[in-house]
Parts: sequence; structure tokens; C-alpha cells
Amino acid sequence: MLKQIEGSAAVAQAVALCRPEVVCAYPITPQTHIVEGVGELVKSGELENCEYINVESEFAALSVAIGASAAGARAYTATASQGLLFMAEAVYNASGLGLPIVMTLGNRAIGAPINIWNDHTDAMSMKDAGWIQLFAETNQEAADLHIQAFRLAEELSCPVMVCMDGFILTHAYERVDIPTQEEVDAFLPGYEPVQVLDPADPYSIGAMVGPEAFTEVRYLAHRKQMQALDLIPQIGTIFKDVFGRESGGLLHSYRTEGADTIFVAMGSVNGTIKEVVDAEREAGKSVGSVSICSFRPFPLEELKSALKGAKRVVVVEKSLAPGLGGVLASNVRMALREVPLPVQTVIAGLGGRAITMKGISEVLHAAENGSLSDVTFLGLEQAVIDREIARSAEMRHAGPTAEGILKAIQNRPAAERSKAS
Amino acid sequence: MSEDTALQRVKFYQTGTHTVGNRLMDEDKRSVQSSIDRSNAITSGHRACQGCGEALGARFALDAAMRSCDGNMVAVNATGCLEVFTTPYPETSWQIPWVHSLFGNAPAVATGVAAAMRRKGRAQTKVIAQGGDGGTTDIGFGCLSGMFERNDDVLYICYDNQAYMNTGVQRSSATPPTARTATTPAVGEAPGNVFGTGKNLPLIAMAHNIPYVATATVADLHDLETKVTRAMNMSGSRYIHVLVTCPLGWGSATNHTILLARLAVESGLFPLFEAEDGAVVRTQKIRKKVPVEDYLKLQKRFAHLFKKDREDVDRIAAIQKMADANIDRFNLLGERSAP
Repeated sequence: MLKQIEGSAAVAQAVALCRPEVVCAYPITPQTHIVEGVGELVKSGELENCEYINVESEFAALSVAIGASAAGARAYTATASQGLLFMAEAVYNASGLGLPIVMTLGNRAIGAPINIWNDHTDAMSMKDAGWIQLFAETNQEAADLHIQAFRLAEELSCPVMVCMDGFILTHAYERVDIPTQEEVDAFLPGYEPVQVLDPADPYSIGAMVGPEAFTEVRYLAHRKQMQALDLIPQIGTIFKDVFGRESGGLLHSYRTEGADTIFVAMGSVNGTIKEVVDAEREAGKSVGSVSICSFRPFPLEELKSALKGAKRVVVVEKSLAPGLGGVLASNVRMALREVPLPVQTVIAGLGGRAITMKGISEVLHAAENGSLSDVTFLGLEQAVIDREIARSAEMRHAGPTAEGILKAIQNRPAAERSKAS
Repeated sequence: MSEDTALQRVKFYQTGTHTVGNRLMDEDKRSVQSSIDRSNAITSGHRACQGCGEALGARFALDAAMRSCDGNMVAVNATGCLEVFTTPYPETSWQIPWVHSLFGNAPAVATGVAAAMRRKGRAQTKVIAQGGDGGTTDIGFGCLSGMFERNDDVLYICYDNQAYMNTGVQRSSATPPTARTATTPAVGEAPGNVFGTGKNLPLIAMAHNIPYVATATVADLHDLETKVTRAMNMSGSRYIHVLVTCPLGWGSATNHTILLARLAVESGLFPLFEAEDGAVVRTQKIRKKVPVEDYLKLQKRFAHLFKKDREDVDRIAAIQKMADANIDRFNLLGERSAP
């Protein structure tokens, strides 16, 4: 049914349609609306047969989900940012134990300085935790990915993280087609665990493993992700058969045919990029874009063929690996390791800074005329940077802090301040 | 008890009259271990140290728990000695469904298991979580408090050996004052662990007003079994804090495991009590009060208190004062109440 609905509410309804049996809730912006939504559905009786557990931390939230999943229940939780980092130990543990937990990540920056707005630093921090990571481009896709995530997780016995941009998607009201219970039931069978805590057939789950077998365990985790590369498109096809629309998959290509420049990005920024692609195509530029939906596993081969024929690749990413550059870009370079194609990265939208069509267009033009550097920070206020570099050069060498920077600026004589600005 | 469950017949290890098995006592007074049909949570062949109090405590606690629910239970384990010595892959000593996730999350994992059991229509399956004092009083404390606050249907058992023994005897918040550990060495002006620190988790558990809190030791395994059985027949959050001797960490003789646990009780340093809904309902009276020196002298972790040239009279007296305060607080020398 088509609804004008907030992204978080759409996800809450989609999750409820998947009939989770244990839902763990701990608040963190911008994820809160999701667990509030599920909570209301449980309290009102609309979502039956579900234990809704209010816990004392994100670490406990995922830990409760681990226990519930190991005991044979379909388990769900949601988090963001610092919350994901607080549960980091359990994130690795859930995948190591092969538990098909589904978790929404309302993507948000990580402090310090504290910042509640959107970027992808949180998801990138857990990119190698053994979870499947799917990125939603729209709220429709966010809702649909959750339904696919449970099936994917349970077929592979592997946890899945559905990433959706904080505020930009979670708090946006968009038109979303919320499926019916019948449709979801037809698509998603009940959870049948491969290992379960059952007194009639006792298992020891989570044994200690030494050097003689640990490599094999890790190899199998890698293999599982490789299997997901096949399974994700298959599940996407089945999803289309049942629900009548395409959603998910490994990646989406947009007007890449004959494109000299191809943008690569994840999440909601693809909406902006597509608008730029349309406008620039109108103006005669050969440009296209690729939206990565499955960041883990990373679709190396599919991306390589999607970028075939391009003269340059520009990665637009909302995360930064300090000391290296782009996180997504280094993955894209891996896909193009045998192809002599320049990959440049634009670090954009950190901590919620707006990514405008104008900004993307400028990047495109710079890429075309060869003036784009390998790592570009979109909309960087160079004056602020220069001031801080000059200031810190005069100080003793200690770690600069946000408070220290502000204090130094405020303490400067008024005349000097006005001169600087 | 059926053959296809985790329950199995096991051989006797104990001989004698009033040793741990109590085989010569009246049938209703015998411990779980004295029955040929006893349940068997942890099978033999695990890798605990000789004289390990935790192996003994866990075995008696879980066997008693199994008997009270006919083996219909799940155990959750925190990281620690118990987890390591029972499950070196590809072996496991656990005859019951058992899960280990992390060091600090056993209470939360148990919450999840209990929730799943309710939703799966298997609410009669009992859930036990267990951890050492590090996993319970320190790193898992937040999760444990959360579990108590929600009154989740879990019995949590803490095996308290008073330090992080699995990682090489470092101080925990359950380490007693003056004890020598790897991180509180017996050097300087006040050697060993400092006074005035630490947590009394049974009392903190009581402050959550959970249905049941008890303390026990491996010196009185029948008492431990009784308390486990009592807790198993209740619902909501229940907490049992078991003092378990660690010969390695305490620097004690392996044949002193039971004796030391008994001296901890008889000196007043480890009071045995039960509390329901936040109030003490039963205490175990001290049979024959002993001075704290009797307990301390048998352990190398307190050896610096008893140097030949300079016995640390002040700090021994301070420890005695702690024991006496416990005796007063719980009325451990008073009239015996009805059992």
C-alpha cells in the first residue's frame, strides 16, 4: 500500500512484517524513531508474538539479539554511530557465531567532535566485521532491503546490517509502498536455525578455537560473503517476482552506457548524483553513476563491468580513512586493479554537510579538465584550515581539541579577528 | 531422566562417609552427586587446574540445576576460566546446550535466550548465566544490572575467585584488601590491594529488589545445591554468588580448596545468606569462629602480611574488623534460626 511516510516508520513497519520474535531497543539519534515505531506496533498488538526488550546499552542490545538468535528466535535491533561502536565487540561476535541477526544502521558521524548528522563513518568502522552491509538509496529501498535482509541472513546464517542515511532518509517523508503481510509471508519463510540452544539436542556454541583452526573459521567467514555475492541478486530476483519492483541487488547502474565519467557512491547521495547526471547529459556530457548497494560483500566483478568503457571514475563518499583517503575508493580501486583507469575520490557530506548538485557538477568539471586531485574534500573551508595550521604552529605540540580551537579564536583581539575573517 | 537428553550416568569419584558425595547419609539428605542417576552438566576430561574451586562449584551448581528442571535448561557463559577450560575446540565438556559470546555480556545474552524461549513456547526451559568475578563485578556489571532491573527470568551464578585468574591473576573489584595480585604487587608502603575499594555484588543485587540473592561456597556443596535448587524453582532474576578457591591465584595448596572456602565462612569474611525481594531471609551461622589469620596464612597472596621480621599487625587487624562487621551485620553468631 502506498503511503506518505517517514523513513523510520516505513522501516519499522517493514521489520514488523518480517515477524521478528525478539526486538531490542536502545535509543540513539537518528535511529530512535525506528525502535519507537516497532515498540508501538508491539504494544498495540499489531505485531504479535514479539518480545520487545528495552536494554541499558547498545552493547546489551546486540548481546540480547545474540542470545535470542542462538536460541532460535528471529532477532532485530537498530543503532547508529557511537552506538555501533559501543556494540563493536558484539558485532564481530554475532558474525563469528553465524547468527542471522538483522540490524538497521541509521548512518551518522562519529565523534569527537560530537555530531549527530549523517555520514558513513560508523558503517565503515565495521566493514570487516563479517556482516553483510547493504546501503539503501531511498526509503522504499530501505524498507525493501529489510525484508530481503532477513531472508539473506537466515539462508546464510550471517548477520546483515541495513544502512540508511541518518535524517536524510530516516527522518524524510517519502512515498513508500508498504507490502502486505501476505506478500512478505510468501517471500520470507520462518527462521530455521542451523544451530540452536535446545536441551533435546545440546550444542556448545562459542567454543574457544586455537591457532590450529582459527584460520579455517575466518576463511569460512570469507566464503560466506562470497556466497552472498550470488545470493543477493537471486534474492533480488525473487523479491521482484513477489513484490513487483526491483530493489536491492549488488549495485545499480544509471546511464553508464557510453559514459566517460562515472560516479560511484553509496546511499541517498545517489539521488543528487542522478539529478546531476541527467542535467549534464542534457548538456551533452557523457556521464553516468553507479550506486553500490552491497558494500559487504563488495561486488568487485560487477563493479568492474559496470565501469567498463569509462575514462575516469569519481568516487563520492561520506567517510574518510585518515592517513589514506577514501574508504570506498580503495575498494573501488581493488575492483579496477587490472584496469588502467584513474580513480579519484571526493570526501563529501561529513557530519551532515550538504552535498549539492552544484558541488557535484563542479567535481565533474574538474575531473573532466584534469584538475581534480586524488583526494578532494568537497566544500572544504580552506581559510579555517589555514588559520588553524598557523595557530597550532605557534603552540606547543599537543593534540588540538575543538574547545581549544574555539577558545583561541575567541581570545584573539577583536581587531585581529575581523582582519582574519 | 531419559537417555537422549544431556542427563547421563556417571561414575563415582568420591569415597568415604561425609565427603562431598554424602553417600552414607539418608537418601533425602544426599547431595546430587551421590546419586548414580545424577545429572551431568560438565563431563570429565576438562582442563581445569588441579584443585579448581570453580570447576567444582560450577559442576555442583549446574548438576543441581539440571536435576531441578530435568535437564531442560540452557547455560550462558561469560569469557573466563570456566569457558576456556571446558571448550577448547574441537572438544566440549558441556552436556547441556551452552553458549559463550563475550566477556561482558553473559547477562544480556541470557536475557535474549530467555526471551526467545518465551516466544518459542518453551518458557519452561530454564536459563542460567554464569561468569567469574571479573565478568560479573566489573566488565559485565552494566549488563547484569540491566538484567536485574528488567527482572529477566535468568539465574545468574558468579564464581568468585577474587581476581582475573584466567589472564594471570590481576586485581578485580572483588579482590580483597591487601591481596597480592599481578597488578597489586606486594611492594611499597601498603603492599597488595588497597583497602576501601571493591564491590559487594550480593548486596548490590539485593538493592535491585530481585526475587532471590544468595551466597555460597564450595566448602558446603550441599548448601550450594540447596540454594541453586531454590533459585531454580523461582522465576525472575536470581543471583547466587559462590566463593570458589583458586589454588593458582591464591597461592594455596590444591588440597586446601575446601578448607579455605570453609575458613572464609567461619572467619566471617564471606558471610552466607539468602535474600528475597531485597531483604535477608536466612543466614548460615558460624559453627566455630576462627581468626582471620587462620584463613590468610594458608595463602601466598597474603604472605606479605606475615613476614618473619615484621608482621603487619595493623592490616591483619583491619581485616579482622571487616570479618567482625560481617558477623554483626548478618548476626552470624546468633541463635540458629529454623532452616
